[in-house]
Amino acid sequence: MIASSVSEAGRLLRSGETTALALLEDALDTASRTEAQLHAFLTIDSDGAREMASQADADLADGIDRGPLHGIPVALKDNMCTRGVETTAASQMLAGYIPPYDATVVARLRSGGAVITGKTNLDEFAMGSSTENSAYGTTYNPWDLSRVPGGSSGGSAAAVAAGSSLLAYGSDTGGSIRQPAALCGVVGMKPTYGTVSRYGLIAFASSLDQIGPFARTVEDSALALSSIWGHDPLDSTSYPGPYPDPTAALDRGVDGLRVGVVTELSGEGFEPAVEAATADMVARLEKGGVEVSEVSLPTFDIALSAYYLIAPAEASSNLARFDGIRYGLRVDGSTTEELMARTRAEGFGPEVTRRILLGTYSLSAGYYDAFYGQAQRVRAAIQEDFARAYAEVDVLVSPTSPTVAFEAGARVADPLAMYLSDICNIPANMAGHPAISVPVGLDDAGLPIGFQVMAPALGEEVMYQVAAEVERLAAFSLSPPAHGAAS
Amino acid sequence: MHPMPIEIDIAHVARLARLELSDDELESYKAQLGVILEHAARVQSLRGEPHVEAAHPLGLVNAFREDTSRPSLDRDEVLAQAPSSLDGFFVVPPVLEVE
Repeated sequence: MIASSVSEAGRLLRSGETTALALLEDALDTASRTEAQLHAFLTIDSDGAREMASQADADLADGIDRGPLHGIPVALKDNMCTRGVETTAASQMLAGYIPPYDATVVARLRSGGAVITGKTNLDEFAMGSSTENSAYGTTYNPWDLSRVPGGSSGGSAAAVAAGSSLLAYGSDTGGSIRQPAALCGVVGMKPTYGTVSRYGLIAFASSLDQIGPFARTVEDSALALSSIWGHDPLDSTSYPGPYPDPTAALDRGVDGLRVGVVTELSGEGFEPAVEAATADMVARLEKGGVEVSEVSLPTFDIALSAYYLIAPAEASSNLARFDGIRYGLRVDGSTTEELMARTRAEGFGPEVTRRILLGTYSLSAGYYDAFYGQAQRVRAAIQEDFARAYAEVDVLVSPTSPTVAFEAGARVADPLAMYLSDICNIPANMAGHPAISVPVGLDDAGLPIGFQVMAPALGEEVMYQVAAEVERLAAFSLSPPAHGAAS
Repeated sequence: MHPMPIEIDIAHVARLARLELSDDELESYKAQLGVILEHAARVQSLRGEPHVEAAHPLGLVNAFREDTSRPSLDRDEVLAQAPSSLDGFFVVPPVLEVE
């Protein structure tokens, strides 16, 4: 690779030691060697990317500097609308769909001079934890090709880990950025709800969905976030401001900060190597000057249950728009209702169908209060638990995932086992808080382990401050086996 | 663990969701939903009422923009993505019965 990080690539670009076109060709070359085994991308837009890279080079030559992502190759999860470039959400339902507009995040990346290389694989409509629910074939983990990259943003995680993109974006509804980041050994971050526009993000669960970056370093992650967030009048849940500066405290160290270790996110179901790596990092932080305490948030034990009522309920409503009338697949029927029911049965894969049924059930007459209504009360109780905890500590920490990357196929037949993959991630979504996963080491089999740092709403500055220290202490080297290097 | 038995009229739910599924598919989804809902029913173990309503984490309430017109998407470009369109409209099967 020409550069191992966005910040390094930016320095080389501005000193004239490399060009945006060279960075792009480097990324495309890596993709051409690794894609046959990884399948991280659904679409690679080489021609469009070369145009953007040439423009970025021309702009820099003219003295126009569009910011930290100027000339940087960036991959996007295929649930963000890209004008003129196929966007499928990894569903047969949207095969061949060419959006007539850009998502706000995409528009901001373009005006920031980023070079969009392609669209990455995901679990269909972002529903899953392994990327095996894609209608276009699974993605594999660059560290071990028999294992999953996590999900749902598995393609973005694998692309950054393999070096076929310096940076990528995904979406996180219940862990879909942080969990694959942990399983692929990269930095993955979910911002405070409302800070990144959801306009043009194909909706899964609107009260939880949030776009965020995958990066090779914590600094890159902060730069990638500051390049996309900010108020957007096209998203009615968008936060007007003021916004914190995610890069402000990266070099400040952690002396005097208070870190809470979440009691509920350990024990049964957690692999010993994951628990050991987490405890080791906490001990190092303590040596580095932080005040460590154990914090109990009892509602975390039922957060997953509440999530699997709220998210499918919202999904069942959001996905009603896929009816064979306005875009995407159509299967004909003699009546409009028959057309819709046939189209939807044909176009949605099993996991999406399962969640639509689950959501429809939990919203239906007679069950609403016991399920959906009660789940909303749990959600409020989670927010109260967090508020109590953050009165005592600055950040909360835990493993990102209870396990390292699991074998492909291992959890496909057991939806509940798959859902448990996200047990550490879901509370931050339910509260709308920011959280980040930083790689801290490998287990005995050489598989990456992620460490999660959570912060209160708009606490991105202190979250990145701690994440940067975790990165320094872990000195993790992102070096998965070089697949396809010989070919 | 849950105080109420979980009854699922899966054919009714599929009809509400506009999903034309086979009998085998319905049976299989019903069994899976049963397992998931049994886990989900753990929400009923929450004791007492929370003091707040679940809401936007930053306290935002309804956001309204100025009531001024602005350019919308190009109609032809939008209709080009439709499975079937005619003279600026989406085409659907007859909705009303005609004698």
